[in-house]
Amino acid sequence: MSSDSVPAVQESDQEPDPVTAPPDLAALFLAFARISLAGFGGVLVFARRAIVEQHRWMTADEFNETFALCHFLPGPNIVNLSMVFGARLRGIAGGVAAFAGLLLPPTLIMTVLAIIYAQFGELELLSRSLAGISCAAVGLLIAVVFRMMTPLLKRVDAVALTLMLGVFAAIGVFRLPLQTVLLVAIPVSIGATYFLRRKVAA
Amino acid sequence: MNAENPIWVLISTFGLMSLFAVGGAAAAVPEMHRIAVEVHHWMTEKQFTDAYAIAQLSPGPNVLIVTLIGYAVAGIPGALAATLAMCLPTALLAYYVSRLLNRPSQSRWPGLIQAALVPLSIGLMAASALILAQSTDRTIVAVLLTAMVAVIASVSRINPLWLLLAGGLLGFAGIV
Repeated sequence: MSSDSVPAVQESDQEPDPVTAPPDLAALFLAFARISLAGFGGVLVFARRAIVEQHRWMTADEFNETFALCHFLPGPNIVNLSMVFGARLRGIAGGVAAFAGLLLPPTLIMTVLAIIYAQFGELELLSRSLAGISCAAVGLLIAVVFRMMTPLLKRVDAVALTLMLGVFAAIGVFRLPLQTVLLVAIPVSIGATYFLRRKVAA
Repeated sequence: MNAENPIWVLISTFGLMSLFAVGGAAAAVPEMHRIAVEVHHWMTEKQFTDAYAIAQLSPGPNVLIVTLIGYAVAGIPGALAATLAMCLPTALLAYYVSRLLNRPSQSRWPGLIQAALVPLSIGLMAASALILAQSTDRTIVAVLLTAMVAVIASVSRINPLWLLLAGGLLGFAGIV
């Protein structure tokens, strides 16, 4: 539990203020460092919990809105979120503080792991363990794909499923470069979505 | 002296890649694999899947597999350069776009573009799974382990860390 930013709440027993005063830069850095280090295999859940529930820096709606924006932009979503979120509270300096907090500690850990791996990666035991972890990691990825696909399957969204299979085949089977595939797929998908929605609206 | 400075190659490669990474880190894995293993031969197939496993197992955003790729290319400076190149440009882009659309919910374009990108990013993630599986699932037991984890993680809300650790233990014991 953080001791900062909890005044005024104990004055009344009713609904606490939805959003408290914006934190300073150090608090932003530390909060995102904590979010990042807690986030094994996915940081988003922890980010939401800390920002909305623990610190009350944003309402749930504001958080969803910010995340939606970061989700449709390219790049690692949660990294984008840290920058946008920090900047909303404290300007560009806040954005940089949150960005650095999110990335600095795990990057240092990862660099140490890289050094260890370069030294001992050939060791039979480590290599075997990593092979087992890889198998499990691929399984986790398949589960994520499955969960994301479920709504498309339920709606029998033929256009979306075709586009999905097309991208899968182009990248996974034919190993085409990402840029080439997306320069074709993104306009096609946006066009198809636009016309489908107009048809529904008409 | 090498004509192409490896740090610069890392920065330009990952900086460009991040701008096309719709759907986040998992969607960029096939492109990372293509660049690191097939085009530049920075890593072997096994080193790449090991890096993916380490990135999944460690805390922090999963995009940090680029830190490991960068380290394999050019040591600690490479690790930092790759990480910043992958993360900073799109974060700044997100910052500027968020200032442009102060209230993103009022325009219908963000919603429309997002809906249009969903099938593409699922396709990209499925391609990641295929490419990783081709190098990691070389035995029947390995395929079974992957399938088991996929089923368990699909139907339950178990913390993924436990499944990764279970995979590691099975590997350690020499079963996989």
